[in-house]
Amino acid sequence: MSLPAFAALLERLVFTPGRNAKLALLRDWFATQPDPDRGVGLAALTGELAFTAAKPALVRDLVAARTDPVLLALSHDYVGDFAETVALIWPEREGANAPPPGLAEVAEALELTPKAGLPALIAGWLDTLDAGGRLALIKLVTGGLRVGAAARLARTALAEWSGKPVEAIEEVWHGVAPPYLPLFAWLEGRGPRPDPRGAPVFRPLMLAHPLDDAEVAALDPAEWRAEWKWDGIRVQLAAGPGGRRIWSRGGEDVSAAFPEILEAMAFHAVLDGELLVIRDGAVAPFADLQQRLNRKLVPARLRRDVPVGVRLYDLLFEGEEDLRPLPFDARRRRLEAWAARARPARMDLSPQIAFASFAQLAAIRSGARAASIEGLMLKRADSPYVAGRVKGLWWKWKRDPLSIDAVLMYAQRGHGRRSSFYSDYTFGLWRPDGRGGEELVPVGKAYSGYTDQELAWLDRWIRAHTIARFGPVREVEKTLVLEVIFDAAQRSTRHKSGVALRFPRIARIRTDKPAGEADRLENLLAYVEDRPSDDA
Amino acid sequence: MPPHPETWLRVTPEGLFCVPGGFHIDPLRPVARAVITHGHADHARPDHGAVLATPETLAVMRTRLGAARAGASQQPLRPGEALTERGVRLWLRPAGHILGSAQICLEWRGSRVVVSGDYKRQPDPTCAPFEPQPCDVFVTEATFALPVFRHPPPEREAAKLLHSLALFPERTHVVGCYALGKCQRLIRLLRAAGWDRPIHLHGALLGLCRLYEELGVALGPLLPATAADRAALRGAIVLAPPSAVADRWARRLAEPVVALASGWMRVRQRAKSRGVELPLVVSDHADWDGLLATIVEVGAPEVWVTHGRDDALVHALGQRGIRGRALHLVGLGEEDEGPEAAPAADAA
Ligand SMILES: [Zn+2]
Ligand SMILES: [Zn+2]
Repeated sequence: MSLPAFAALLERLVFTPGRNAKLALLRDWFATQPDPDRGVGLAALTGELAFTAAKPALVRDLVAARTDPVLLALSHDYVGDFAETVALIWPEREGANAPPPGLAEVAEALELTPKAGLPALIAGWLDTLDAGGRLALIKLVTGGLRVGAAARLARTALAEWSGKPVEAIEEVWHGVAPPYLPLFAWLEGRGPRPDPRGAPVFRPLMLAHPLDDAEVAALDPAEWRAEWKWDGIRVQLAAGPGGRRIWSRGGEDVSAAFPEILEAMAFHAVLDGELLVIRDGAVAPFADLQQRLNRKLVPARLRRDVPVGVRLYDLLFEGEEDLRPLPFDARRRRLEAWAARARPARMDLSPQIAFASFAQLAAIRSGARAASIEGLMLKRADSPYVAGRVKGLWWKWKRDPLSIDAVLMYAQRGHGRRSSFYSDYTFGLWRPDGRGGEELVPVGKAYSGYTDQELAWLDRWIRAHTIARFGPVREVEKTLVLEVIFDAAQRSTRHKSGVALRFPRIARIRTDKPAGEADRLENLLAYVEDRPSDDA
Repeated sequence: MPPHPETWLRVTPEGLFCVPGGFHIDPLRPVARAVITHGHADHARPDHGAVLATPETLAVMRTRLGAARAGASQQPLRPGEALTERGVRLWLRPAGHILGSAQICLEWRGSRVVVSGDYKRQPDPTCAPFEPQPCDVFVTEATFALPVFRHPPPEREAAKLLHSLALFPERTHVVGCYALGKCQRLIRLLRAAGWDRPIHLHGALLGLCRLYEELGVALGPLLPATAADRAALRGAIVLAPPSAVADRWARRLAEPVVALASGWMRVRQRAKSRGVELPLVVSDHADWDGLLATIVEVGAPEVWVTHGRDDALVHALGQRGIRGRALHLVGLGEEDEGPEAAPAADAA
């Protein structure tokens, strides 16, 4: 009975907004489901189990053979999602009382059944399931099962359920395969820790604490090293005789999205770095990198137009030698020596910044306006490389946010806990309207930064000043000024204003300021790094 | 040759009108003489002259509308009894929708029409089951007339709620349900599943639960729910009108699990757009299979569709050689499960 149980779990995960509640659902799954089904379910949730044998067209044909085309069209129109339509409309057969398949049974049969046998196999399963089970099965066999951020969440749930630290689970994770029998045996105290040797393994990353300007005074400059904090995605490169992997900061295998990096990893080492889009030696805005994320296949055009590289921060392993216990300075020397020897393509070293005092460093920090730099990293010269966020070893010293006074234009209700409040705000700045007047152009959307009291106040104000409604969105009178802070402004052709803000949030409600005195678009454009000259 | 029902049962702006009998069925506006199928707000409206209905429906109308607006005069008619109005024979049959709900059976000069009102075929311990009545024209609703709507066994949905309570014993489970019918049916389902602790009720549900008990439907221990009782409501079941569960009222409860009991919950997007964490597919309307089975059972060669997805139903009837006709009656389907009844979560 485990496919229906898996379907019930999926359904609750889809509807449950809270992270803690999701963790509770997953813990319950691990505690109550038998092997090997719980491991197959875990693999399905974390994206390790991907079937591609059954194409959506197969499901389309199956349902077309069993339903009236007019009713199918009306139903699809109403439901929206086609897989869900099929799951709901699939005619239930009286007397089809074979037991529904187990998850492991589904996984195995999909591997073993020749292509021609798939339609009958899948139709037979659909006949034994209820609507929820059918939806789970369709998503499973067509590879459409996506549960947001599930892998990290599932490992956290495993940790909570078993009492083992999540870092310990991540260390062995890539050395075990579905249905993870040795992993569960270890977690339940019935077996030894799975040995991840051979296969490339994810080593949990070392993270930094945010540093306040005030705390800087207590630091001795001689004990600290400074580097830029690059605005890309943090990755770990692991390569050796057992294979090559690129891992995201949360331990997801993102190798498939960056084939050119994978090609360049002809070495035996584990490295920490920042994945960036680099054109002609310059780092491109984060928005460019977004086009490369979450891909299983990368078209050649994209590889050419959005080239990626890795800026290296640290060397964790050289060959089989674990460098993590060494002080940072020693690892840095090893990194520099290694890079000089190995000369890997598409990789360079994150430069170290020389400074004599923190006052000098602060000046360097505020002088760096490039959108590709988020601020500075401070690393203690003697710090070993340790998993997680250990206080006092690494600091991130972000530069001060930029700020504009913008006019509230539209508001939308939030999600989950905030769904009864208007909590998402689109704001705009003034620009010439081409007819001698001024118009507002939307420049961004913010859904954080305010206090609960400010949220309640904004919600009331929005309801009282609505001038039009479009579905969940309200357009409001253009009279309220909000101080919006953000980390960077970047050129964007996808935005009407031509500029995109990085992490905008509400700093203050400026009831004291008339809307006419809000900022103009040109004030914002002045913040954009690499601004093309007007005659370009 | 008996007259075709079209000649003596007409669609008027007030709703269906029986010409020889001189009365309306479930009229939209105040009329002199009304026959009412059941007590939901879209069928039983205030300020008619003479009102005829089952004794339970009349009692519901007095509770909901106040005695002064529940008809200048009220005439009870029990299922099984019949009367003749100006040559029109009239009798009632249970519709299985909510307590007191009835189909209105009319016969004039040998021609017979059954107006079902709202109905369902699933068992419901709070009301008498639907009794099919063969007829020449069957007037049906079509609220869930798409083949994607197939209501699961309600016991399974109740078990889903209790399983969630076992998983999250610290969280208040607040279940949106319509005050009349759905609320009491849910309580009975939970009782049958073994939940004998008090069930807490939003103020808007208290009156009708009291009436059900007076009419002989035992509901077990019930307590009024005030959101102020955060601590006391941990791990409790709170029933509330659908409009309240997405509102700030519910957000004040202890980490609420927001559930909603409705046939629409079968479609994910419907549940998501209402911020529901635990959708419960419990409906007091016939589902797709129920509609078709009923129409086949009553054997009518012609079916009129009052409201809902008449396009799909008329299409399916055509394939079975049954003439379908969409009446497009306005004002129906505005109770809990009517598509219009999904007020956006903001009641501002
Ligand atoms: Zn009704
Ligand atoms: Zn109705």
